[in-house]
Amino acid sequence: METILLLAHTEPGGALAKPALEALAAIRELDGELIVGLVGSETQPAANQIAGCGAARILAVTGEAFAQPRYATDAAAAEALCRAAGAPIVIAPSTSRWARALPGVAYRLGGRVDTHATSLAAQNGAPAVTRWFYRQRMEAVLTRTQRPWFMLLDSGCFPAWNVPAGEAVVEAVALEAPQTRTAVTGIQAPKADEQTIRPDAKLLFVAGAGWTKKQADGAPHPKEAEELILGFLRASQSSLGGSKSLVDLSGEGEAVLGFMTHLNQIGQTGSTPRHPKGLSTCCHGEEPHVVGWRFVHQRRAVNLDPNCGWARGKADVLYVADAFEVMRHVNRLLGT
Amino acid sequence: MSTPFEIVVCGSLVPDPLQTLEPASGPSGPSLKNEMMLPAVLDPWAGHALYEAANLALKTPGSKVRLVSLGPKAKLQQVMMTVAQKVPFELVALDGPASGFADSFETAAALAAAIEALPGLNKARLLVFGGWESASRGAGSTLQMIGERLGIAEQFLGVDQLTVLQEGSMEILERIEGGRYQVSVCAAPPAVLGWATGRLPEPRNNPQVGMANMRLIMPALQRAKAAPLANAGLCYASVSLPRQQRETRVVKDMPAEEIAREIVAWMRED
Ligand SMILES: Cc1cc2nc3c(=O)[nH]c(=O)nc-3n(C[C@H](O)[C@H](O)[C@H](O)COP(=O)(O)OP(=O)(O)OC[C@H]3O[C@@H](n4cnc5c(N)ncnc54)[C@H](O)[C@@H]3O)c2cc1C
Repeated sequence: METILLLAHTEPGGALAKPALEALAAIRELDGELIVGLVGSETQPAANQIAGCGAARILAVTGEAFAQPRYATDAAAAEALCRAAGAPIVIAPSTSRWARALPGVAYRLGGRVDTHATSLAAQNGAPAVTRWFYRQRMEAVLTRTQRPWFMLLDSGCFPAWNVPAGEAVVEAVALEAPQTRTAVTGIQAPKADEQTIRPDAKLLFVAGAGWTKKQADGAPHPKEAEELILGFLRASQSSLGGSKSLVDLSGEGEAVLGFMTHLNQIGQTGSTPRHPKGLSTCCHGEEPHVVGWRFVHQRRAVNLDPNCGWARGKADVLYVADAFEVMRHVNRLLGT
Repeated sequence: MSTPFEIVVCGSLVPDPLQTLEPASGPSGPSLKNEMMLPAVLDPWAGHALYEAANLALKTPGSKVRLVSLGPKAKLQQVMMTVAQKVPFELVALDGPASGFADSFETAAALAAAIEALPGLNKARLLVFGGWESASRGAGSTLQMIGERLGIAEQFLGVDQLTVLQEGSMEILERIEGGRYQVSVCAAPPAVLGWATGRLPEPRNNPQVGMANMRLIMPALQRAKAAPLANAGLCYASVSLPRQQRETRVVKDMPAEEIAREIVAWMRED
């Protein structure tokens, strides 16, 4: 196997987050010589954290200019590390930071890039990448002859490697911060108790437009829907997803489920999160929605319509029932 | 008043998401079965980029929106019939594959060359827009390589909001992990922005806009240069469909309370 460079950016404080440790686990299976390239305001803590990973070299671009995620500085740092390492294969976790910066770096080095890799394997001494096309509708395995070949690995595909820590020697790669017209000014996050997107949750709870529709008594009940959904999220600590119809309604300023935004949308034009289990409620289970469930392993749905999409092989269990009633009981059982 | 922008939106077409897709293999690599027969739509995230572009142009008089599209000419024409009715833009068409299996490196080369060749392009005011990922390749790598080829190192991915501030700088919100946004201020163009959903609803069809657009779109399609992509060095070992069907257990006539107990028990299983 060819030499592999792992690119990882550090978190505030200098440690590596889980996606980097997952990428290390993936690389370990490829069995090539490993070089690690670190970027951040501090990098020694990260190097120590993975001291036992067996890397032949640990290189680092360190400095305040490289603390924040920003294309110009991240691309320059990654480029410098790649040039210093000279590795034909470059693997990085698909964080928002690397997804933004690394495709441009591949171009600078005359290489190629494949993103959203879900699996890596060795084929005839070279890596082969598995990734999905057409919004998770088909899966392909591909190889490339060009080098360097960059691969961005989706998180959640490999268990993180619990690398033995120690004292690591870091080779500093000197780099003057490039000119940039961009300043990162902050992070906008929902307040802790309004946070509904929890990537590490065991359960994805999906709400569909049915929650806002007229019910058996001829009237919609958005207030109760909101209470039931938020109550369930609080008690179960699950992650909230929505169908496009529901998030579009919320976006148009109608008096429905104010906590639902486009960030919650699952599907073709939404996200494809990874959770062991998923529970869909008041959602019809149409194909453009369900492609977003590709990486949700066990699936159950509650819908009044026995002929909804979930019934047709898209869920393991479909409960034909009123979700208002079911969720009222579920919340009671969960002690809310 | 703010200085006008030169907005170039990169976006092409994808199969209608309600269609069932099947892979097919040919001498030049994988493709979709009956690809040319499948109804197509404007790639959704590129669509959001186009609507955001039109909205920005409306708020910044004198700005221009051009849509650069690489796709099979006949399909582009079909899709433009509806897209043209949405917002005002000029089309620059490249006749080549819009396949998800086409390499983003080569797609970027073709698009960047087309942007470089735009008549009267004021690069100092250039904003390159596009979807943060296509619904075909889903790579999220084309725009960055276009930016590199054009020498633009102010780049943003997963953008949901762009606000032009008083002094002409731009505040940009990008999606990051855990449902959060990174907020950045970019002092001035040129910049590359890969849009996520943005903040605008899909515009209603406006036949007048459609008529005005089509006057320029038809000649643009006729002028479309051939842009074959070779997929050099890229080899697909396999393309397959996932196991589609689950054995769904449909539970009818179970009291809600019992369903709830079953769900809670299932949630607690490891
Ligand atoms: C280009 C394109 C992209 C798209 N992308 C996406 C995407 O990313 N994500 C997405 O979700 N969709 C997407 N769609 C839309 C998709 O095709 C569907 O229209 C959408 O998913 C429907 O949402 P829904 O199931 O919540 O609403 P509806 O179809 O309105 O279904 C509501 C459901 O609620 C049920 N219901 C009502 N009341 C109750 C109750 N008390 N108890 C139980 N059940 C009840 C009804 O039986 C019904 O099944 C896309 C479409 C296109 C054309």
